[in-house]
Amino acid sequence: MNSERITKRVLFTVSLFILIISTGILASLIKGAMPAFKEYGLNFIISPDWNPTEGRESYGALPFIFGTVVSSVLALILCIPLASSTSLFIAEYYKKTKVASILKTMVDLLAGVPSIVYGLWGFYVLRPVIVSLGLSDQGFGIFTSAIILAIMIIPYATSLSNEVIAMVPNELKEAAYSLGATRLEVIFRVIIPNAKSGIVASYILALGRALGETMAVTMLIGNANVIPKNIFSTGNTMASLIANQFGEAEGLKLSSLIAIALLLFAITAVVNASGKFIINKLS
Amino acid sequence: MKKNNLDINNSILTIKDLSIAYVKGKYAVKNVSAEIEQNAITAIMGPSGCGKSTLLRAINRMHELYPNISTEGEIFLNKDNIYDMDTINLRRKVGMVFQRPNPFPTLSIYDNVIAGYKLNGIKLKKNRRDEIVEKTLTDVSLWTEVKDSLFDKGTFLSGGQQQRLCIARALAYNPEVILLDEPTSALDPVATARVEELLIDLKKKYTIVMVTHNMSQAARISDNSLFMYLGESVEYGKTNSMFTNPIDSRTEAYLTGQFG
Amino acid sequence: MNSITINKNISPGIEFKDNSVLRKFKNRLFKFIIILLSIITISPIVLILSKLIIKGFRQINIDFFTQVAPDTFEAMTAIASGDIIPGGIANGITGTFLIVIIASVIAIPIGIITGVYLYENPGKRYANLIRNLSDILQGVPSIVLGIIGYLWVVINVTNGFSALAGSVALAIMMLPLIVRSTEETMKMVPENIKEAAAALGVPYHKIIIRVMIPSSFSGLLTGILLAISRVLGETAPLLLTTLGSSFINLDVSKPTSAVPLLIWNFYNDPNMINLIWSSSLFLIGLVLALNIIAKRIIANREK
Repeated sequence: MNSERITKRVLFTVSLFILIISTGILASLIKGAMPAFKEYGLNFIISPDWNPTEGRESYGALPFIFGTVVSSVLALILCIPLASSTSLFIAEYYKKTKVASILKTMVDLLAGVPSIVYGLWGFYVLRPVIVSLGLSDQGFGIFTSAIILAIMIIPYATSLSNEVIAMVPNELKEAAYSLGATRLEVIFRVIIPNAKSGIVASYILALGRALGETMAVTMLIGNANVIPKNIFSTGNTMASLIANQFGEAEGLKLSSLIAIALLLFAITAVVNASGKFIINKLS
Repeated sequence: MKKNNLDINNSILTIKDLSIAYVKGKYAVKNVSAEIEQNAITAIMGPSGCGKSTLLRAINRMHELYPNISTEGEIFLNKDNIYDMDTINLRRKVGMVFQRPNPFPTLSIYDNVIAGYKLNGIKLKKNRRDEIVEKTLTDVSLWTEVKDSLFDKGTFLSGGQQQRLCIARALAYNPEVILLDEPTSALDPVATARVEELLIDLKKKYTIVMVTHNMSQAARISDNSLFMYLGESVEYGKTNSMFTNPIDSRTEAYLTGQFG
Repeated sequence: MNSITINKNISPGIEFKDNSVLRKFKNRLFKFIIILLSIITISPIVLILSKLIIKGFRQINIDFFTQVAPDTFEAMTAIASGDIIPGGIANGITGTFLIVIIASVIAIPIGIITGVYLYENPGKRYANLIRNLSDILQGVPSIVLGIIGYLWVVINVTNGFSALAGSVALAIMMLPLIVRSTEETMKMVPENIKEAAAALGVPYHKIIIRVMIPSSFSGLLTGILLAISRVLGETAPLLLTTLGSSFINLDVSKPTSAVPLLIWNFYNDPNMINLIWSSSLFLIGLVLALNIIAKRIIANREK
């Protein structure tokens, strides 16, 4: 065998790792989740009970699926006005200026803050604000987590949005201006329609980020294993439940936590894949 | 500036001592003054980088989109100083067509034509809209070609059709002056001929100011020609006189193909 | 030729109502809102950094880097006598370095070679599969990878919590980032450099090692640095894999501490609150330093 073929063989063989790891993750999660699904069947997904008391053990994922989706969607809703304003600031109003590059650097810094530090800041700074506003007694809950999540996902929401907004051809904007449109009208009638799919994709990917966030949420959501009554009450997310309860878990409880990890894996994979699908269609 | 057999008594635009700089102190247009004749085609020509597009884009104040460009001097439209007007109202009276066809890709052909009304938040009744679309597309001789696909995206048209759509977009908003920035430079000869034909017809109704790098185009369709070189207006006159009998040696050099 | 006939003027009519005042006002108002919301967007990073610096700066001294974390009793007595809490985060710093270095050793070669494979076989179905799987891996929540580290390494390899388990989890996080950045930087190497080498009869593997990798070196380095900075602050997967330790541990098969784990411990212990801020300041400083170095490399390359 000549050296070229050996090299190609090596490249190919190493690339198999990605395949092995991906299928391995899925296989291990399914295997670990099996006892829980055998015990509860699909009821596991829709059951609202999470009761580890010995003898009366009962595990259901619904409160956590609910908590995860509600906190992430709320985070996305809070994130959109902030992130889209920032994108318009950087990629339209102050495009290619010093002030835009400073703003962009600061937004990038947000991505460098570890999740646990967001949690600390949320706990010591944001939570007292929530309490003093009278939104909840102790400041823990879905809403508090969603605010922190919204801040955390801003860099992911803006980076692609910035690119697609900056890429809207100048000649289209000029065409609209030459007809007398104001900048506001150019933004809503030309820039956003032309950059729409890229903007949507960036928010989908940001949502994917929020769904899997763990530490900051664990520290702020209140870790109540019930379906939250409203956005200001406490709850729990799938990731946060795993972080809290994995340490002392065994048997059916361990399997249930792995089953929740499997569900979380599936939800984020679907969300991320749809975001990537839109991006691939763009290019 | 030398005047070559120029006698304008029905001017619609007056450009007075206009200077434009992209970088402080470096003028792309230097002290240009000119009267633009109503219902005529005025061609601005010169080698690339002479400031002809810069001059054209001053007439509807496009430079104000870019913060670093400074403009001195005055331009009057029907005796009104355009710098005292609102850009919204100025651009209603002065339409523009660009170098490359740029129909809005997210809008249908129909919506592209009435984009001026839509962008400016002017609500029209449906039959009025239909009337404007049909009339304007007929004016640019595009109606028969697109009347069955009015609600398709304009980007599927050929380059020449797209450019006529863009002219329709400017006309539909009923301007007095139309500025064209090398409108045929991205088109093939056949499409170019159709656009030129169209412009000759349009001057009955509109005043046309066009930038061209194509001397023979200026010779074919323009009534008056302004020759610019290095940001200055060198010579301005009746196109016939200027092409047969240029006064300035630089004009002559340009017209005989010695630069640009 | 002149077959076009111009219709009579479209009557200007009443449709041109002057609405410019209201439109200009809306335009200004919108710009104001954009600026306001942009300021709100960046205020958290300013608030977080200033909080960390103000609260954490006092605790950072020589001991902070050389001593292991104190226990609750030591912290309590120090607080009672009004001293600053003794000890440091040496066990966390060494643990973080150990875990991240092992993760890099796993992820970098696999990531770069896979990236080269994707670059060399752009259109292949299998390559697209690998690329898509890599994208999916990039979106897997870190806590799920913590479970994977637990199932694969803690149970099957080290028979207990270990640095290695954490490294495996972090390596899986780093892998897709390195694969992607390798493929993207390889694409930027001019095709003619490769062709020139091939024309000289240089063997394929040498083209990759001697030509492709050196000419995209800065890009690869940037990708690696960003991947490391991305996992440096990870806490959740380590909770499930490396557990933590009150000693400096350099044995990959033993439980190990890490800076983010120490922060988590300090957070859960009311006596240690003062150490939270300094540890966080250190961690964020490390992450941001790596980011800044990586961005510098990108900026230099773009020149």
